[in-house]
Amino acid sequence: MNDQYVYTKKRSEYGRQCMFSDDGPKVETILPVKAHFEDYILKNPVHRGTQIGSVLAEHEANTVRAEYDQHGMNHTEGGWPRDVNPADEEQTMRYRKKVEKDESYHPSILQLSHAMEHTILQNNAVNIYESYFDEYDQVSIAERATARTVNVYRDPSSVKRPVTHLSWSPDGGARLAVTHCNLEFQRAPPDLTTFSYIWEVENPNKPQLVLKPLVPLVCLEYNPKDPNCLVSGMYSGQVAFWDVRRGSQPVEMSALEPSHRDPVHNVIWINSKSGTEFFSASTDGQVKWWDTRKMFEPSETLILDMVKIGEEQSLSRAMGASSLEYEPTIPTRFMAGTECGNVLSCNRKGKTPPEKIAAKYSAHLGPVYALQRNPSFVKNFLSVGDWTARIWNEDCKESSIMWTSNHNTPLTDGAWSTTRFSVFYVTRMDGTLDAWDILHQQREAILSVKVCDDPLQCLRVHDEGQLVAVGNSNGTTYLVEFSESLVSSNRNDRPLLTAMLERESRREKILEARTREIRLKQRTRADKAAVPQTEDKPRREESIVTEIEKSAANEFLALIEKEMKTEEEDKHSERDDMTVEIEVELPEEGDDDKDGAEEDIAEDIE
Amino acid sequence: MGHIVAQTKGADMFSESNEASEIEETMKRIQSHKGVVGTIVVNNEGIAIKTTMDNTTTTQYSGLISQLSDRARSVVRDLDPTNDLTFLRIRSKKHEIMVAPDKEFILIVIQNPTD
Repeated sequence: MNDQYVYTKKRSEYGRQCMFSDDGPKVETILPVKAHFEDYILKNPVHRGTQIGSVLAEHEANTVRAEYDQHGMNHTEGGWPRDVNPADEEQTMRYRKKVEKDESYHPSILQLSHAMEHTILQNNAVNIYESYFDEYDQVSIAERATARTVNVYRDPSSVKRPVTHLSWSPDGGARLAVTHCNLEFQRAPPDLTTFSYIWEVENPNKPQLVLKPLVPLVCLEYNPKDPNCLVSGMYSGQVAFWDVRRGSQPVEMSALEPSHRDPVHNVIWINSKSGTEFFSASTDGQVKWWDTRKMFEPSETLILDMVKIGEEQSLSRAMGASSLEYEPTIPTRFMAGTECGNVLSCNRKGKTPPEKIAAKYSAHLGPVYALQRNPSFVKNFLSVGDWTARIWNEDCKESSIMWTSNHNTPLTDGAWSTTRFSVFYVTRMDGTLDAWDILHQQREAILSVKVCDDPLQCLRVHDEGQLVAVGNSNGTTYLVEFSESLVSSNRNDRPLLTAMLERESRREKILEARTREIRLKQRTRADKAAVPQTEDKPRREESIVTEIEKSAANEFLALIEKEMKTEEEDKHSERDDMTVEIEVELPEEGDDDKDGAEEDIAEDIE
Repeated sequence: MGHIVAQTKGADMFSESNEASEIEETMKRIQSHKGVVGTIVVNNEGIAIKTTMDNTTTTQYSGLISQLSDRARSVVRDLDPTNDLTFLRIRSKKHEIMVAPDKEFILIVIQNPTD
């Protein structure tokens, strides 16, 4: 096609304005030509978008920026007026003199100096910014201890099972592992679930993870170095290794034959280089050491049977272990509390059984439910069982150095506070949680909180010391928060507590030495009696002990009788002097015990 | 008449010297108070008119303090236009700077507080 259009124009008409004119619309009829159809091909239908919208254009506009610059001003010389040269001494002097001659100079200066003098004198009189009591330390006000229940975690399953063990996760205690197990022999209903739970502290509605083993778990412990790993002891005597990332199934379970023969009541991780070792104790009398990498059999076994050198340990004679204690800072030693109430202090590194089971303490009348060393005073440990809680010193083997009086209900568990080392908590069968602070009160608990009506089974103190988790026999776990006075310790506490524990240990040692002396004397006296000894040693010792007891009892009774006699004599002498008045007084004084005794004596005489 | 004028002039001069001596006396008195390190009178241009301290310190103080006093006054007046700054005290570890501002002059006294 030709794209050119040729036209001619006169030279004079160049540059003239084009005069356009309107031409009206012309109607044209252009009919389709069939012949053109062959020149074209049909196009494939395509999607085409159209949009009706106003066409916008984007512009950027920027106002002129004001440039800011920060300067400091060096005011070395004041604002001298133009005609005065600051460097010239004379000129400045003259200027100054001129200002002084100014009318307003005089009165204003006088006025100002008046105010100024007042302030100067004020300053001289009193130091208004003095801070008092700077050199004295903050004395904390002794407030009453309080506690409140913060959260309640209920057993999600329909049939409630008691809580048997609690463990806080090591990452600041954000999670709590709770095991539920019905420990009563063959009493568990058949549809009981075997589940145990890991709860997030903030969310009591739903557990974060449900652990579904084949057999119920009795105890569950977090690895103190790894918040993902847990190890558990089962009702069947096996132990299992769990990983929260794996989910509800254990990573590995130990085989049935080399495991315990009774439910495993305690598992504790060992402070080892690999961080995979733990040991377990059960009521069958065995303590087994395991490695999580090799779970099919234990690496070591110890039978809790105290034997002499040369004798063999026997499983049938072994004492079942109901609690276990391990302090990560003393790696080779541990303690086991037995069902018969003894505490055995053991050394893993011993070569022979007598070396392994180093010492035995007769602790309680029933199973020892809890055993824990004081986190700051590792030589002292707490044992909880029957109706008392006792504090022991490792060196005093005869008796505990401090103990609580008998409670009304049996105690089920106890633990030291992790932050304030003179505080320990104890749970009771009537649903009460006691907090004892031996620096404040030794006679009774400083705070008793009635958490619930069902017996509390176990307790665990949070790493930060303010929260305590307690579980009851109905499967509910309560989180109790204590006030500051039970959590933080003052500077004085440590020396005071050391002094107290020292004093008690010394008392016990002296008593121990004295009894030993007496026993020795008795023995030598018995030897001197020269009767051929047909009795064997244990019976002789028993007889000596009973003799000591008898003599002590006799002394005591004699003392009481003496006291009673002197009271009687006093009463007689009084009666001779006065008449009716005394007899009237007696019934009123009925509340005092001593007077009650007098009353009895008076009645006897009459 | 001239006499009278002369007398009045004389009287004026006398009163002036009186005034001057009065001011001298006041300044001396202030300076003699316990703990006072120095006294400066600064006019509203920031020029030290009268001072008992050495030159460099005086110029430093006069410049800095007059700026601060102006700023303080503007703060007080911004918060409440009917209010005005009457006194300014800056207490530091070593001493206290007391500033008495006026319309035209500023009296600055540096004192060591009692300790």
